Amino acid sequence: MKEEDLRDLNLPGYEIPPELTGQLAITTLDRIYNFGRRASLWPMMFGLACCAIEMICAQAGRYDMARFGMEVMRPSPRQSDVMIVAGTVTKKMVPAIIRLYNQMPEPKYVVAMGACASGGGPFKEGYNVVAGIDKFLPVDVYIPGCPPTPQALIHGMILLQQKIDKQSIKHVRWYDGKKEDSVAVPVPYLGPDLIDPRRIPEIKAKAAELAAQQQQLAPEQA
Amino acid sequence: MATPAPTDTLDLAARFPGAVTPDTRPGYTGWVVTPEKLLEFAQFVRDELGYDYLVNLCAVDYLPEDRMEVVYNVFKTTGGPGLTFKTWAPRKDPIEIPSVVSIWPGADFQEREAWDLYGVRFTGHPDLRRILMWEGFEGHPMRKDWQEPFYDEDVKPFKRRWPDGKHVYAEKRSVYGDNVYFKPGFDPEKWTPTDPEEALYKSLKKYKTETSDGIETDHIIVNMGPQHPSTHGVFRAVVVLDGETVVSLKPVMGYLHRNHEKIGERNTWLQNMPYTDRLDYFNSMTNNWGYALAVEKLMGIPVAERAEYIRVIMAELSRIQNHLILIGMLLNDLGAYFTPALYAFEERELILDVFEAVSGSRMMCNYFRFGGVVRDIDEDSMKKIRDLVFDRLPRKIEEFDHLLTENEIIVSRLKGVAPLSAEEAIAYSMAGPMLRASGVPYDIRRADPYGIYDRFDFDVAVRYNGDMYDRYLIRLDEMHQSIRILQQAVKGIPEGPISSQKPSYTTKVPPGESYGRVEGPKGELGFYIVSTGKPNPWRYHVRTPSFVNLTALEKMCVGTKIADFVAILGAVDIVLGELDR
Repeated sequence: MKEEDLRDLNLPGYEIPPELTGQLAITTLDRIYNFGRRASLWPMMFGLACCAIEMICAQAGRYDMARFGMEVMRPSPRQSDVMIVAGTVTKKMVPAIIRLYNQMPEPKYVVAMGACASGGGPFKEGYNVVAGIDKFLPVDVYIPGCPPTPQALIHGMILLQQKIDKQSIKHVRWYDGKKEDSVAVPVPYLGPDLIDPRRIPEIKAKAAELAAQQQQLAPEQA
Repeated sequence: MATPAPTDTLDLAARFPGAVTPDTRPGYTGWVVTPEKLLEFAQFVRDELGYDYLVNLCAVDYLPEDRMEVVYNVFKTTGGPGLTFKTWAPRKDPIEIPSVVSIWPGADFQEREAWDLYGVRFTGHPDLRRILMWEGFEGHPMRKDWQEPFYDEDVKPFKRRWPDGKHVYAEKRSVYGDNVYFKPGFDPEKWTPTDPEEALYKSLKKYKTETSDGIETDHIIVNMGPQHPSTHGVFRAVVVLDGETVVSLKPVMGYLHRNHEKIGERNTWLQNMPYTDRLDYFNSMTNNWGYALAVEKLMGIPVAERAEYIRVIMAELSRIQNHLILIGMLLNDLGAYFTPALYAFEERELILDVFEAVSGSRMMCNYFRFGGVVRDIDEDSMKKIRDLVFDRLPRKIEEFDHLLTENEIIVSRLKGVAPLSAEEAIAYSMAGPMLRASGVPYDIRRADPYGIYDRFDFDVAVRYNGDMYDRYLIRLDEMHQSIRILQQAVKGIPEGPISSQKPSYTTKVPPGESYGRVEGPKGELGFYIVSTGKPNPWRYHVRTPSFVNLTALEKMCVGTKIADFVAILGAVDIVLGELDR
């Protein structure tokens, strides 16, 4: 290994005898754990809309995301680390997206690429549009733009790497049996409109309230 | 360039007394047919007048007049202007109109779309299911009296945002605090789910055979998509297989239905321009042109001379990069994983550089305006374009040709696969390269010229076998022709203003209807718009090639192997933003 690579890893700053430089590094467990993970992010090959094209451009020759260790696009969620939500999330598509997310093994991250995935974007008012994937999934990085340029995507992914650098093996949710984040996200389903299972009591109460209001109004009109 | 009013001399009203009347509303053209006589009229128009090519079918909701209208735009594949006819029914459920699928099979998906979004029941349609929304969704969302959960006002600019500027989050305005709406008294716990897939699976052809030794074989249903690396986005196809052979196939779409048309009818005329970018996100320049053309036709304004040249340059550059990507991605689908695509993206980046320099954005150019374009091309970009069209691109297209065309794997995977005859291609309303690969030399740039295409010397690329190999070759031919057009346009571009109009946020569009069509890289891109003289369109319909071309997908795929399905879909060249809108 080259001396520079090890210098990057050598965090606590102990003196290393000159004859051992390039062969030895003294580091923390967190550091070595994250060092491995950050440089081998496998995004899911999963495009929704326009942003997906810029995602492909970022993978192609000119921008070449491979330089940062994030080029191995996996078509299967079982092999992926990052879900780049690249495009508008629609009501018809969101059950499939949640199912894919639930199928990804921990540790997993979500990047909301572009205005639509972050908050609905130009199509927010549409009747079939979910105003941002963060209504359902925990998002790690939001990338603005419509669509974000490949540079912006790479910048977002580097921010994700920086986030990974700060994580500690002691606190991450996938090794901490107590944290609820590891539980699968309930999959919404399609009824008369999109039904989020987590909001069923709320929907029921509100619909009952509306019905009561309507009943009150009806005699008045008559 | 206005298309001359069609069939002036032809008196259809005399041929069908009482059933057909000329459409006399100001700004409208064509004929109004009663629903009872629609099929007879359509048959006559196709067989005796020769309008064999149904291009556009859409519904229009005239709420104040209490009627639901269905508009048909038909053309002749021999060229020339088209014929528009309409039929209408009172706006009272059930709205019933006879289906024209038996006359023009290409009407299939377009009628399903009108049923889904407008609730027009087409009697006699073989498979009338929802197409963009899911089965079980409440209401027909494009009707003028249907309001989305984030409804603000009927049209933009919304008063609460402008001029007062008091913005309230849409989530706070919505009853359920989200982009959903349920009827009063709806109880999600007691609600019995209707399986949205049930109708779909019922529509598939089932079979069961028994071999001589008494072993029963059953069908296998394979779902491809909506998350699948080779469906080019969130497209889904349900395939019934006999071993490896496709027996029946139904495309399922709507996973990227972003409600372009509903939003488009709330927007002002100019506000729609950036939305058209996001239809076919590879070719925002061509989309801009189609929309600008439709509105210019209705406004009756000329386009500045220099802008006409700029438009041609941008549209043809766009076509080249689209076809390069298509070939790259088609090779991906055939198994040449990403190497040809990387070559394609290399050239595409150079073209995107030009787009970015002139418009400010790589993909979403928002570059056209009514009467011209928004910015001039500077000398640096002109130099880049000259280098590309006189030197680099011709060489690179040759390189693609040299590397791929004779390749043994390509020849054996493509030649003779999934042929479509000229008659079938016309019947299914195929457009663009898919139509021309089947031996129909129909190119709107020649058949119904728009812009200044009549000034350029180029050939309509056509191939005659209609198989996959021809669909690949025709893309190469078209790139050669585009280069020819580009070279003439770059040489001939004059100096001068880039727009015939003053820049303005509001556009005065006189009442009437208009159908603007351009030859997009994927096929005919048409915009059907209706204006009531207000600052917003009353109807804004996009006829997209990806959507209509898929009508023939089942026809092409049945009998082929499942592995070929992936390639066939790749050669149709769909893009989901345009397919689902």
